[in-house]
Amino acid sequence: MNESGGSPDLPAKVLAVTDLAKCYGRTVAVDRISFEVGRGEIVGLLGPNGAGKTSTINMILGVLEPDSGSIRIQGLDLAAERSRALARTNFAAVYAPLPGNLTVYQNLRVFGLIYSVAELEKRIAEALDQFDLVRFRDVRCGALSSGEQTRASLAKAMLNHPQLLLLDEPTASLDPLAARDIRAAIREFATQGGRGVLWTSHNMYEAEAVSDRVLFLSRGKILLEGEPKALLSQHAKANLEELFIAVAREPLTLEGHREGHRP
Amino acid sequence: MMRWRPMSAIALRHFYLLRGSPARVVPLFAWVGIDIVLWGFMSRYLNSVASPGFNFIPALLGAVLLWDFLIRIMQGVTMAFFEDVWSRNFLNIFATPLSISEYLSGLVLSSIATSAIGLAAMLLLATTIFGLSFLAYGMALAGFLVALFLFGIALGVFACAVVLRLGPAAEWFIWPIPALLSPFAGVFYPLSTLPAWMRFLSRFLPPAYVFEGVRRIVSGRAVSPGALAWAAFLAALDLVLACWFFARVYRYTVRTGLIARYSAESLS
Repeated sequence: MNESGGSPDLPAKVLAVTDLAKCYGRTVAVDRISFEVGRGEIVGLLGPNGAGKTSTINMILGVLEPDSGSIRIQGLDLAAERSRALARTNFAAVYAPLPGNLTVYQNLRVFGLIYSVAELEKRIAEALDQFDLVRFRDVRCGALSSGEQTRASLAKAMLNHPQLLLLDEPTASLDPLAARDIRAAIREFATQGGRGVLWTSHNMYEAEAVSDRVLFLSRGKILLEGEPKALLSQHAKANLEELFIAVAREPLTLEGHREGHRP
Repeated sequence: MMRWRPMSAIALRHFYLLRGSPARVVPLFAWVGIDIVLWGFMSRYLNSVASPGFNFIPALLGAVLLWDFLIRIMQGVTMAFFEDVWSRNFLNIFATPLSISEYLSGLVLSSIATSAIGLAAMLLLATTIFGLSFLAYGMALAGFLVALFLFGIALGVFACAVVLRLGPAAEWFIWPIPALLSPFAGVFYPLSTLPAWMRFLSRFLPPAYVFEGVRRIVSGRAVSPGALAWAAFLAALDLVLACWFFARVYRYTVRTGLIARYSAESLS
């Protein structure tokens, strides 16, 4: 896959979600949300369990069909141009580890072929090196520690130089040092080549440190959106954890406070 | 348009698994080998006690070989699919640019490779130990083999769709499918042996035409172009229907979110 970030011909937003909605029976999982991820931007998707974060990510990944709304990845409509749109994205999630019966190298080769990565062997070597996986190259993923498995998943997620990277709690199983390295890698990934990252985390310190912008979801709606520092100032909270607790406990009182919310 | 590299990735994944696991390789040979040896000696015994002029080796052992070939093709598709089920790999696989047709084609490539190994093992045993030679029956047999191959793929894709819809526990529904079909397919006996209602159902099964056609060939009669045409037509139709069914089930799982939540638990 060719790296194409930073080109003036490309859309300014790597992800544009408009009026996205999903219900499971009578339960509203995602309630007509709209947001964007710009080039070089890391957006944190935050919220309590059941807020609709994973449903949102699954819809962007094309494995969950929205009831209404649209998703455009680098200007491509996911519903109409699924393969082309998904070729520009990739993901890692704690609940979707790489197959444990293949080695790290075999997994990267298989997914590299699926994503039609150019110069695959070279790219695999780079990814192994970047995530300190060279010594685990021929180890089955199932035999790795949870932290090593996470690094292998991240290596897969960045293998095709995606314009949009989706991460669902990428540092959940990492020790503090490894988590710091991964955050640095994600930051470097976003800034080099003007790529966008949408990630979820329950670690508010991490979200505050890494995200350029955060979206607070509750009961399927975006209640708050903005830069972490601006939101803290606006809601008179000392840190994102306090704000998170406020959102989780009293979501209704915060409705309508969304900064920059589009009609 | 289908792309070769993503398709080959699915087959490569299966090759890696086979290469690293004797437990996966041995069954490719073992069961077919046991079948050929068992039915080969049974055929030899029947030749010794039955009236001269009828050779049980091609009639019985040949039928076993062809039926095993069909089963291996079907299982080649389903086993490659089950690797994704067992490793909970659906989210990784279906959140990629891979299209459904490319995924199914990858499963078929895996099946061709594994069933070819099984077929080679069967032919080797049947030829060297029991003197069965399919080559003597000419190219018409190849046409019937293609029809069986297409029908085996269709059964495999249909079985994958059932498991995708109902969950991993539904695998116990799919393994008996060949056994359920075999009485209607007339694998070991002419269709005229069957009662009328079973003969009626047999008309819709490609293997029924295949085994009737092959019996004609091994008994020295002319190839039946009608049987060959019906077998090929029905097998191709079944394959199209199976792929349509899989695509429909896949769309259902994406609409309901089952594909993202697919796990070792049964789904309803």
